[in-house]
Amino acid sequence: MAVAEVRITLKKGVADPEGRNTLKALELLGFKGVRDVRTLKVFEIEVEGRKKDAEKKVEEMCRKLLANPVIHNYSISVR
Amino acid sequence: MKISDARVCVLRIEGTNCEEESFQCFRRLGAKPEKVHLKQLTGTDVTSDEKRSLPDYHILVIPGGFSAGDYVRAGAILAARLKSRLSQDLAEFVREGKPVLGICNGFQVLVETGLLPATSGVMAAVPEAVLGTNDSARFECRPTLLKKVNRGLCVFTSIISDDRISLIPSAHAEGKLMFPLDREKGMLRELDDNDQIVFKYVDPRGRLAGYPWCPNGSTGNIAGLCNRDGNVFGLMPHPERVFFRFTHPDWPRSPDGAGDGRPVFESVLRYISKKL
Repeated sequence: MAVAEVRITLKKGVADPEGRNTLKALELLGFKGVRDVRTLKVFEIEVEGRKKDAEKKVEEMCRKLLANPVIHNYSISVR
Repeated sequence: MKISDARVCVLRIEGTNCEEESFQCFRRLGAKPEKVHLKQLTGTDVTSDEKRSLPDYHILVIPGGFSAGDYVRAGAILAARLKSRLSQDLAEFVREGKPVLGICNGFQVLVETGLLPATSGVMAAVPEAVLGTNDSARFECRPTLLKKVNRGLCVFTSIISDDRISLIPSAHAEGKLMFPLDREKGMLRELDDNDQIVFKYVDPRGRLAGYPWCPNGSTGNIAGLCNRDGNVFGLMPHPERVFFRFTHPDWPRSPDGAGDGRPVFESVLRYISKKL
């Protein structure tokens, strides 16, 4: 069995309202020196079979469901 | 065909919650709507009596709500399920000129399936746009003003007069229409050239305006889009919630008569009665 970690991040230049709001809240709480906050989504997917096949399969999952190519990048690491 | 023969499929799955209002709009206008669960169309876990077939209907409505809990992205899971099981039926439905309406969550589903904006072909293989998190990062629930900018292509707005401002309420957290950043200008031009832009968020004087008139920061203030043939239409605001004047926020001033959402349903039924 292989476990794939999929990270879905927003593409550069795409607004991240949740990150921006969090940054603002952190500043209001008095945290200094916070440069930026970006939100991302992580999926942990357990797949039967070999690592190599798992990566291919998860790649297809990203294309078909997990990411929208208009605003998302994704990265996959299998262990 | 006669409006009384027009069969309307109001699609539901777990998490859709505007199917009743959408159903009632078509019922009140004399059509034959039916609330149909996705499993009835795919034939899974249902008896033979419950089975339904998409080609038997004349209009498909994907109502608002939170299909599949808005997990992954709003509309993504219902879109994936439609694409995996009903892709051909859906494409054929659209190709035949039958109208498809997506309201709020339904609009998100149409964009995720690639049925909108579909600048070339019927259904794009990968989404060409996205309805992302509102600029405010909050769920925005408020009356919004929409100006009809469509020049006549969209079959859901044909009886709405040009430049008319309609009050149609919005209620969503993910309604900011975005295109790939490097192609945004080109896409906007193409959509305008093809007459695919239907409604824009405006202020009371009809000018494009920022928050809160535009609740989400949508590109070009776009609230609703149609496909190249005008028979697939998606919008974030909820026309089914203002079928009657008395559900407008200022209803005590003029409680009687039609609400601003009603012409959307009348337009499509008129189209059906002439074309199908």
